[in-house]
Amino acid sequence: MSAFNAIGEEREVDRDEFTPEIEPQATWCPGCGDFGVLKALKQAMPEVGRNPEETLLVTGIGCSGKLSSYFRSYGFRGNHFMHTARENHDMTYIVFDNEIFGLTKGQTSPTSPKGHKSKTQPHGSAKQPIRPLSLALTSGASYVARTAAVNPNQAKEILTEAMEHDGFAHVDFLTQCPTWNKDAKQYVPYIDIQDSDDYDFDIHDRGEAAEMMQTAEDALYEGEVLTGRFYQDEDRPSYQQEKQATGDMPEEPLAERYFDDDYEWERSYDLLERHK
Amino acid sequence: MTDDELIWRIAGGSGDGIDSTSQNFAKALMRSGLNVFTHRHYPSRIRGGHTYVEIRASDEPVKSRGDGYNFLLSLGDSFARNPQEEAYYGNEEIKPLSENLDELREGGVIVYDAGLLDTDEIENFDERVKENNWHVYDLDLRGLAKEHGREVMRNTAGVGATAALLDLDLDPIENLMEDAMSGDVLESNLTILHEAYESVNEDYEHTHDLRAPTGSHDEEQVLVSGSHGIAYGALDEGCRFISGYPMTPWTDVFTIMTQHLPDMGGISEQVEDEIAAASLAIGASHAGAKAMSGSSGGGFALMSEPLGLAEITETPLVLVESMRAGPSTGMPTKPEQGDLEHVLYTSQGDSNRVVFAPGDPAECYEQTRKAFEIAYDYQIPSIVVYDQKLSGGHQTIPERVFDEEPNPDLGSVVTEQDLEEAAKEAGRFKRYVYDGEGGVSPRSLPGQKGGNFLASGNEHNEVGHISEDPDNRVIQMNRRMAKLDSIREELDADAGHQAVYGPEDAQYGILSWGSTKGVAEEAVDRLNADGHSVKSMNVSDMMPFAKDEVTAFLESVDEALVVEMNATAQFRRHVQGQLGRFGEKLYSLLKYDGNPFEPEEVVSGFETRIGGEDQLTEYNVRIESATGD
Repeated sequence: MSAFNAIGEEREVDRDEFTPEIEPQATWCPGCGDFGVLKALKQAMPEVGRNPEETLLVTGIGCSGKLSSYFRSYGFRGNHFMHTARENHDMTYIVFDNEIFGLTKGQTSPTSPKGHKSKTQPHGSAKQPIRPLSLALTSGASYVARTAAVNPNQAKEILTEAMEHDGFAHVDFLTQCPTWNKDAKQYVPYIDIQDSDDYDFDIHDRGEAAEMMQTAEDALYEGEVLTGRFYQDEDRPSYQQEKQATGDMPEEPLAERYFDDDYEWERSYDLLERHK
Repeated sequence: MTDDELIWRIAGGSGDGIDSTSQNFAKALMRSGLNVFTHRHYPSRIRGGHTYVEIRASDEPVKSRGDGYNFLLSLGDSFARNPQEEAYYGNEEIKPLSENLDELREGGVIVYDAGLLDTDEIENFDERVKENNWHVYDLDLRGLAKEHGREVMRNTAGVGATAALLDLDLDPIENLMEDAMSGDVLESNLTILHEAYESVNEDYEHTHDLRAPTGSHDEEQVLVSGSHGIAYGALDEGCRFISGYPMTPWTDVFTIMTQHLPDMGGISEQVEDEIAAASLAIGASHAGAKAMSGSSGGGFALMSEPLGLAEITETPLVLVESMRAGPSTGMPTKPEQGDLEHVLYTSQGDSNRVVFAPGDPAECYEQTRKAFEIAYDYQIPSIVVYDQKLSGGHQTIPERVFDEEPNPDLGSVVTEQDLEEAAKEAGRFKRYVYDGEGGVSPRSLPGQKGGNFLASGNEHNEVGHISEDPDNRVIQMNRRMAKLDSIREELDADAGHQAVYGPEDAQYGILSWGSTKGVAEEAVDRLNADGHSVKSMNVSDMMPFAKDEVTAFLESVDEALVVEMNATAQFRRHVQGQLGRFGEKLYSLLKYDGNPFEPEEVVSGFETRIGGEDQLTEYNVRIESATGD
């Protein structure tokens, strides 16, 4: 019998289970895009069929980092993006893209447009913004999508797909900051590239995907919000599968072993022949 | 300095096989019944450069590299730069001979590869030989190796010559070669070994008196480094996860663990940098594995942030820090004890961690085990700090040191049953409950029913939610800090990690930490033999500090010399800071030239200080008196 019975539990999962029992009052500003991420994530969980106790949500710092406070799971709050994507770890990576550093009162961030003025860049930023979708693709992500807080249905669908994808799934989540980035659009109107007749490309083709990403990244700063699925590689094994195939990672989770009273633990005493 | 010891130095360039040859020779000496201690000196480059390994062997216990050496096997540097030119680095090809002469004792033996080295290139070579009564054997090792195999096998020819000159039995050497090689390579090496052995016995008149000492062991010995001690300690504590990024000298531990973990169903991850390394270990521990990471000073600096995260989330974590000479890149392959303050205090906020500094391979094993036990029982990061000398230096220790039962206990974690009961009693599971015993609150693992919580780098309340409430802050801070008192109590109830050596009623003391243990103890023996009254204490428990034991030691002596390998007396100041007294009794002996202390330096430092002299000029060491309390 497992010591971790929440894992793989066969049951219906309700979105309300992901609301903490003592629900802290969210510290986000009214109209913040972060509410959209929280809502979409709660809606996606029953679709994926995972319960709160087998879900690990790791967040960063600042407003977006507080997501783990308002979502019931085993939470952990902790730029290693490129390597994690390259290695294709089986995880969903949600980037709260609001083109600003909000909680520290509105400084220029890596996705702020060139020329963006703030207290730390008073003459306007001389830096080109990061291209988050292209960066994810080049780094090795096997699923890349963009959605927006203002498009809850698409957000739920994309988060569900991302979590069900076996490998590193990158979701660029446009989260408007109504307080510190008033100049920025509220990301409306948005266009779903899969539903639009203007864009026709194969999401399984790296070249076509790369071109579509460049178009979407440039368009964002022109006021055109292109969202949807940009790339997916379903054939590439996840990091865990690769490691297990070479015998470098056990099939069973390590933690189970510590609860197994019958496990014969190896001893260093048996390694000493080489030292004699 | 005793006459019945051999200190054999093999010198060449990096890439000449110095390391593997010396390993086998050290083992052969161990198998012949001797105690062995090795010292590795090498430059930070892949090929070439002045490199040597010293092997000290004696029937008596050997705890340090000793003073100087008495047998030189000089191979020449086959990867030397610009051998024909007077480059910035000088004539590198001759260095394996010329650079090693200063420390060779009177009456010592020199075997050099006449196929590569020309003594005419060394100033006053013949005069120095005469003056020091050295015995020189010029052998064409390269020619011999080429004739019977390949040029790279000249180190084998050197070992054959050594054996002949020291009257050593060839059997243990042959056996070791048979373990390590096979086929034609083995055949050629064995032929070269015998040819060199016979050539030295037949063609050269043996003028020296030095012979290999003889001895026997009461119990089975193993030849291990401090890195083996650490890795084996971790494995025996059930550590099955390591993440790291290569950096000398920490790479030794990382490599040993990686060699064994997959076979044990464990995981080793080389990641993009040390921030990731420490973070991965925290993640693995959070998920219920016993996990470790580590680095040397520069990489450890990157671990500051995750280290603080482990402290505030109370995630068990073991980090090892293998010190080398700093600051910055410093001298990557040279030992120093300059990172004590770094490991004690790095990361923002009040530091809340355990730090052990083992003094030899056996202590590395024992204290790494203790570090894991404490980390998992008390949900706190434990750091094992050691240095390049201890990392790569090998020593014979009894095999029984490792004859211990594994301890895969996860410490203070709850089961799903506990969680069910907690739900009945308190309504829900409180991960950071205020009144945990000894400051320790119960820990659940992801996947357990009823155990979900938020592990936050923000200050948090009992269930883990972010809280800036002043009362909650004080309670949580005090609870986390109280764990250090509980740990100290537990450590004091043990026999203690502080190694005391010498007569209990001695008038003077030598206080050391980490790898200076052995050299301090050898100095104690010599000083007492010379009529002084001295004992030593090597301190391992840096945090929480072994206050009672160190106080008792310092109260019992008139004065103490604090020996450490750094320029700012970090350990002595730590002692004074922790105890708030003894300033009038403490003097420092400091060395930071990239070479470990030799016993004679400690002896001279002590005698200079007791003799009332301010400074000794003969060595690269400095005496400094304490100030204040």
